[in-house]
Amino acid sequence: MAVETPVTQTVTLPATLPRRSATFDDYTLSEIRRAAATGIYDIRGGGAKRKMPHFDDLLFLGASMSRYPLEGYRERCDTNVVLGSQNAKKPIELDIPITIAGMSFGALSAQAKEALGRGATIAGTSTTTGDGGMTAEERGQSKTLVYQYLPSRYGMNPNDLRQADAIEVVVGQGAKPGGGGMLLGQKISDRVAEMRNLPKGIDQRSACRHPDWTGPDDLAIKIRELREITNWEKPIFVKISGTRPFYDTALCVKAGADVVVLDGMQGGTAATQEIFIEHVGQPTLACIRPAVDALQDLGMHRKVQLIISGGIRNGADVAKALALGADAVSIGTAALVALGDNDPIFEEEFNQLGTTAGAYDDWHEGRDPAGISTQDAELAKRLDPIAAGRRLANYLKVMTLEAQTIARACGKSHVNNLEPEDLVALTVEAAAMAKVPLAGTDWIPGRSGY
Amino acid sequence: MPKLDLKELGVRGVNSALHGIPNGANEPDWLITNPMGQHAIACGLDAPIEVTINGHVGFYCGGMNQQAGITIHGHAGVGIAENMMSGQVRVMGSASDSAGATAHGGLLVIEGDASSRCGISMKGVDIVVGGSVGHMSGFMAQSGHLVVCGDASDALGDSIYEAIMFVRGKVASLGADCVEKEMRPEHLAKLAELLNAANIDADPGNFRRYGSARTLYNFDIDNADAY
Repeated sequence: MAVETPVTQTVTLPATLPRRSATFDDYTLSEIRRAAATGIYDIRGGGAKRKMPHFDDLLFLGASMSRYPLEGYRERCDTNVVLGSQNAKKPIELDIPITIAGMSFGALSAQAKEALGRGATIAGTSTTTGDGGMTAEERGQSKTLVYQYLPSRYGMNPNDLRQADAIEVVVGQGAKPGGGGMLLGQKISDRVAEMRNLPKGIDQRSACRHPDWTGPDDLAIKIRELREITNWEKPIFVKISGTRPFYDTALCVKAGADVVVLDGMQGGTAATQEIFIEHVGQPTLACIRPAVDALQDLGMHRKVQLIISGGIRNGADVAKALALGADAVSIGTAALVALGDNDPIFEEEFNQLGTTAGAYDDWHEGRDPAGISTQDAELAKRLDPIAAGRRLANYLKVMTLEAQTIARACGKSHVNNLEPEDLVALTVEAAAMAKVPLAGTDWIPGRSGY
Repeated sequence: MPKLDLKELGVRGVNSALHGIPNGANEPDWLITNPMGQHAIACGLDAPIEVTINGHVGFYCGGMNQQAGITIHGHAGVGIAENMMSGQVRVMGSASDSAGATAHGGLLVIEGDASSRCGISMKGVDIVVGGSVGHMSGFMAQSGHLVVCGDASDALGDSIYEAIMFVRGKVASLGADCVEKEMRPEHLAKLAELLNAANIDADPGNFRRYGSARTLYNFDIDNADAY
C-alpha cells in the first residue's frame, strides 16, 4: 500500500505474509472439503501416520568399561524363539524373533499371501492368516502358519484349525481398537465372497465383538474349547490392541493365553476410518512396558510370550522392542513394502489415483498398482510371489542381522538377552513411556522422583 | 451303548475318546453321563456317530461339530453348536445365548427356548427353536434358516444378510434392515421340511417370513442413522 507523506514522498509499508492456520492446515482443509463433497468419512489402510514417540526416540548404550561386547563375525548371537510353551503340546519354534502379522486374503491378493508365506518360510518364521479364512496358497507355502480366530469367523472351520500351527484369537487391532473389520464391495470377488459366505460386491463389515463370548472369563472357556478341538496341541495366541496394555495383558494370561500379541496404533489395517486410525489407541512404545510389568507381576514373563507389533521397520526397532521385554515382534506394513507395496516404479499410476508412491493407502479400493492390496486379477498378476517372497526373506534376514549387530555390541549372546538397562531415551516422553533414563541422566520420569 | 462317565474321565477324557472314534466304527452310539454343566463337551467331533448326553451342558457343547448327531437331555449353555459344519445337535431343554453362532451347516434343534443372539452370524446352518428366542437373534445372519415356533424378542435379524427367518408368534421388533417378506410356496415347502427334520409338529401356514431389505449392503451416508 502506498501513502503520501507530508513531504509528498511515496513509500511501501511492510505487509504481513499470508498466514496458514496450524489448526486448519492444508490436509485438514482438504479433508473438510472432501467430506462435504462426498458425504462419507475417509477410509484408508495402514496405521497411524501422525508423529508420535517411537523407537527412534531410544538409543542403545552399547558396551563400554562395564559391559563386554561380542565379536561381530566370530561370536554367536542366537535369535531363535519358542512361542507357546506354556500349555501347548506343540509349541512353535522360530529361527528369528520377527513374525508376519495377520493379513487377510481379501484385503491382499492370493499372490501376496503366497509371497508372505514363501518369504517367512525361507527366513524361518511364521505368517498369519486374517479375516476370511485360510487359503491353500498360504498353507502350502507357510511352514509355520498361525490361524486367526476373529469375530466374523469368515471361513472358519475345524479342518483349517487343525492344520494350523497356532491359533490367534483376535480381540483387538492397533489401528482400530474396539472396531471391526471392513472390506468394501470392490474387493468382494467371487472367491472372496464364497470364502466369507456373503453376496458378491457388498460392503462387508466384520463384527467388533466375538459372537459367543464376552470378557476374560468367557474367553478362558473359549480357549479351552479351541484346545479341546485341537487336542491341546496348538499354542493359543491372543491379540490385543494397545489400549490398556497392563490390564489387558494380565487378563489374557488369566484367560489362558500362551502368547500375547500386542499391537500399537502404528499397526496397519486393510481399511478403516482415518479418524479411527489416528485418534484411538496408544503408540507402540507406550504399550510395551505396561505389558511386561503385567507379565512380571504375575510371574509369567518369558513363560507367556509377548509379541509386539506396530511400526517395526528395522533391526534397531526389533532390538529395542526385545530390550523392553518382548519375546518377538510382528510386522505387517513393512512386510508389504518388502513385497513391493508403494514402490516408486508405479509412480505414474499412483499419480493417476491421485496420490504418490509412499503415500498410497486406499487399499480398500482394490486398485493397487503393485498387485498386493487388490482382488483384480490383472493387477494381482503383476506380483510374482516367488520374487516377492525372496525380497521379504532378504528383508527379514537383514533385520535379524541388524538386531544381532546391536545385541553383540551390547554384549548379548542372544537377542532376547537385551534389557532396558541397555537403553536411554532422547525425549522425556519416550523416557516416561519406555521407562528408561533420559539420555545423560539417571531420570526415569514417573519412576525415579517426579 | 458304550458309556463315558464325565465325572470319572473329565472333559478331556470324554472328548479324547470321542475324537478317537474312526469313521465307520462298529459302535456308532455313545452315552455321556454326569456332564455336570461342564464346558466344551463333545466339541470338535468328526465322525458319523450318535452321542447322547444325559444332563445339562455348559458353553460350546457340540462346537464345530462335523457329521455327528448329539442329543442333550437337559439345558445348554452359551454357544451350543457354535460354528457347526454338519450333523445335528438337539437340545431337549432350553439354550443360552448365541445358540448356533456362526454355524456353517447341519441342523440345530432347541426344543425349549433360546436366549439372545440365537443364530448370530449364522453361515448356512438351519436352526429350529420350539419355543421363543431372545433379543438380537439372527444378528448379521449370513445364510441358512432360523425357525422360531414361539415369539422373537427385540431387534430380530438386525443387519441380516441372506439368511431366512420364519416366526410363528409375535416379533417384538425388527432390527436394522430386516423386513417381513412374502411367504411363497417354496418357503412353505422349505419350512415344512425343516419342521419335519426337527420333528416338531407345527403348521407352516402359521409362520411369517423375515429377511434382509438389502438397503445397507453398500454404504450410503443417508442411512447412517440405521447403523
